[in-house]
Amino acid sequence: MLSFVLRRIGLLVLTLFIASILVFLISQVIPGDVCRVILGREAGDAALQTCRIDLGYVTEGGESISAFHRYFSWLADFIKGVWGRSFATGENIKTWVTGRLNNSLMLAALVLIISVPLAVFLGILAGLNEGKWIDSIISIGSLSVVGLPEFVTSILLINLVAFRSDTIPATSSILIGASFWEALPSLVLPALAASLVLLAYIARMTRAGVVHELRQNYVRTAELKGLKRSTVLFRHVLRNSLMPTITVIAISIGWLISGLVVVENVFNYPGLGRLMIFAIDRRDLPTLQACVMVAVVVFALANLAADLIHALLNPRIKFDN
Amino acid sequence: MRDELLPGKDILEIQDLSVAYTSAENEIPVLRNINLRIKKGQVYGLVGESGSGKSTLGLAVMRHLPTNGKVIQGKIILDSRDLLAIPRKDLRNIWGREISYVPQDLYSSLNPSMRIGDQLIEVFLTHTDLSKNDAKGRSLGWISRVHLPNPDLITRKYPHELSGGQIQRILAAMALANHPQLLVLDEPTTSLDVTTEAVILELLGELIREENTSALFITHNLGIVNKITDRVAVLYAGELVEDAPTDLFMQDPIHPYSQGLLMSIPKIGLFKKNKALVDIPGQVPALGKLPKGCVFAPRCQLALDRCHNERPPLEFYRNDSSVRCFRWREIQAGKIKVNTPERSLPPNHLPEDRTVLSVQNLGVDYKIRTSPKRKVLAQKQEIKAVNDVSFQVGKGRTLGIVGESGSGKTSLALAIMGLIDSATGAMDLLEMQLPTQLSNRNDQMLRNLQMVFQNHDDIFPPYLTVQEILIRPLLNLAGLGRKKAEKRAKELLALVHLPENYIHKYPLQLSGGEKQRVAIARAVALNPDLLVADEPISSLDASVQASILNLLNEVQQEYRSSTLLISHNIAVVTYMADELLVMYLGQIMQHGKPGEILSAPYHPYTETLLSSLPEMNPDNLSAFTLLETEPIHPLESPKGCPFHSRCPRSLGRICADQVPPRQSTPGGGMIFCHIPISVLKTIQKDLFPIDRVG
Repeated sequence: MLSFVLRRIGLLVLTLFIASILVFLISQVIPGDVCRVILGREAGDAALQTCRIDLGYVTEGGESISAFHRYFSWLADFIKGVWGRSFATGENIKTWVTGRLNNSLMLAALVLIISVPLAVFLGILAGLNEGKWIDSIISIGSLSVVGLPEFVTSILLINLVAFRSDTIPATSSILIGASFWEALPSLVLPALAASLVLLAYIARMTRAGVVHELRQNYVRTAELKGLKRSTVLFRHVLRNSLMPTITVIAISIGWLISGLVVVENVFNYPGLGRLMIFAIDRRDLPTLQACVMVAVVVFALANLAADLIHALLNPRIKFDN
Repeated sequence: MRDELLPGKDILEIQDLSVAYTSAENEIPVLRNINLRIKKGQVYGLVGESGSGKSTLGLAVMRHLPTNGKVIQGKIILDSRDLLAIPRKDLRNIWGREISYVPQDLYSSLNPSMRIGDQLIEVFLTHTDLSKNDAKGRSLGWISRVHLPNPDLITRKYPHELSGGQIQRILAAMALANHPQLLVLDEPTTSLDVTTEAVILELLGELIREENTSALFITHNLGIVNKITDRVAVLYAGELVEDAPTDLFMQDPIHPYSQGLLMSIPKIGLFKKNKALVDIPGQVPALGKLPKGCVFAPRCQLALDRCHNERPPLEFYRNDSSVRCFRWREIQAGKIKVNTPERSLPPNHLPEDRTVLSVQNLGVDYKIRTSPKRKVLAQKQEIKAVNDVSFQVGKGRTLGIVGESGSGKTSLALAIMGLIDSATGAMDLLEMQLPTQLSNRNDQMLRNLQMVFQNHDDIFPPYLTVQEILIRPLLNLAGLGRKKAEKRAKELLALVHLPENYIHKYPLQLSGGEKQRVAIARAVALNPDLLVADEPISSLDASVQASILNLLNEVQQEYRSSTLLISHNIAVVTYMADELLVMYLGQIMQHGKPGEILSAPYHPYTETLLSSLPEMNPDNLSAFTLLETEPIHPLESPKGCPFHSRCPRSLGRICADQVPPRQSTPGGGMIFCHIPISVLKTIQKDLFPIDRVG
């Protein structure tokens, strides 16, 4: 088991390394002079030169620096926590991005608390009743929720909840450094909107897992031992059928951190996704790179957690042959 | 035999049972009007091919039909209680306590994420008031009872850490733990190697006797029926066509299907030069497309007009047997019977003694990753799948290669075909050097070396018609024009006895046997000098196997080609081959003529393989050697003789440390063994009476 964990962590480091190269390449694939693109056609030579120095393209003395060197100094700075200042606003990128990350994590936590237990329950219920009316209701219901774009559900929620309630606001701007409990009222609506999407997705995955496992021969063996239906279900089926669900949850953590742009926009919620869009709009390369790297790290960690849980549930994984 | 001696109490009685699978539109009958009785302590064999409904009958008795399965009529009475009347929710009081089930699919039949001990203990906890500790004690007792060493260690293992034989022992222990009245076993040994199958059959027989339980033993293998059952029922297309005490059935089957089935299997001691196999033409009818009259009539040599129009009733004879055939009286009186085709194959008396293929020191190594505990990086370890193998195949002759899984026989075939890049050694095809890599071979070499694969399901691209499949090699390698190639394709179809209209069919529209015929036609299209056939019949139904073996022989005669036949079944190989190569863990153990090997196997491994055959005469069996251990993993291949760790005649140190020497046998063969031939000969003298071997 230890060797398995160590190997997985090694893989994680490798993944992050490759991702960092890709993130760095963002600044390289922009055609022409990056600083010209960032600053616009009217920018003067002095401004362009400052920009190039800031981005590390040239030294203070005006000599150009190779991409290879730039990558490693960027990576070293990133690891040391020296993320620089935003081109667009001049803010300290590190405090800015980590603050937004904190907000996104709070939102993600609430989304998972709402959606995972309910979705797994509905998925199991549907899977156990495959083909019966209860399965149809859950499947059709979840399908129609998935079909609705998030901004529609968001606006519906604002109409239905925020306009009729004093505690739950329609816009969710929260104070910097607010704790989870302080932020909770503002989190409710965006979390509900995101949960609806995840709920359907996870429920369908769980259902598929349960249906698949129920057809396995070991379930027949367990039933023909004369075990109680509940024992067959809880001791034999669930453990194996939740594997794909765990992967889906891990992947959706990545989505919740960096892909929740629409919901964050509708509710004006200061999450990482909105910051990323802002950075793209303003051609704020250092901020964008920091955001993407942070998202990649969260994503990789979530997947590592999923792998480890898999290994705990499934003894075959540990042996790798 | 034992039938009359048994007390008359019926444990299971099936009365007029019909089962159908339902779909949205219709009901497809799977079983029709089945009747049978199993007495206390009786082992009842249920024989049939795929599509016969034998597994469905087993599941119906278990009351565990798939959700679309439905009992249309009939009764299943277990110890004077109608099982079909028991409400679904109460069935769990019966399962595992009064009837138990032993499945076929070993590896998937245990929960992969639970330890063996946890899965075994459940059987006691759910049906008894035992404390957890007592249940654990019972589990350990049962693990010993199924002859597994170190029970404590076994309980802590996961299913994937056990071998197939070990899993089947655990499943048997689970099934018998609460002393059920009836055991339903569905092909319990089919996925095991022959040597393991033999010991598991012994074990099952022993347990059933000791527990005095009754058993419904489902199998397609008549050898197993002969070995373990007291009575046998034959199912064909959902109908019970014959039911008789096993010994009488084996000597004197009545139903034409039973007769055909018994005569279509190559028996040990039968050689192709003496006799062709009985082949049952056609195939088992598809579900829902049953013939109007007797279900077997379309394939029956003896069918009359009446058989095609009327369904024969089940009639009783000899007080203890029944048969569903209009002509059973004539058959029983010996007036008519199913005939063996008279076209016996003349021996290959080719004057030229040319060598077609010569293989010297062939080796195949695979590198596989292993991840031993406490090491961060996975290590790569080398497996010698084929280790220093040399042999020759003569013109027009058949060389049979026999061995269990892991013996390297398929790797050997693939290496000869040029499909393994890492293969080492030298090969000559018709005195021309044959490169080990396919890309270095010229068209002539490709033409002269063709292969028939084992798995007929995925060898053809599903979007090509039979014609396209057959003309491809002709266009690409023989340089024929399209017109000529199409004409040749028709001839090839005729050669493999398929109707001409099959030329435009797609693989999906063909049955397994038909696909294998097309595969043979494709392989001989270029008139190859050597045909490599890797387990060509092992995925086919029993009644179709004989016809494919006959076809391979016909084709060989027609083209005077040589054949390399690979099989795990020593009876098939000794029937088909002029010479035999016995392999174990990638190495040759023995080489010789089948006749000699059958009369005196010499090599202890060959002796074991022969002893493991279920059709071996049980009276001789006590003298034979069955292996309690299972084939070891190629990774653990020992440095001396590869077989020494399992060898019943091992001499100890010398076998473990030194490569065994080559010894010539009196009949012109050779073995690799430390024990002198003369000693082996005295030990084995009485085991294989010469008169068995024609």
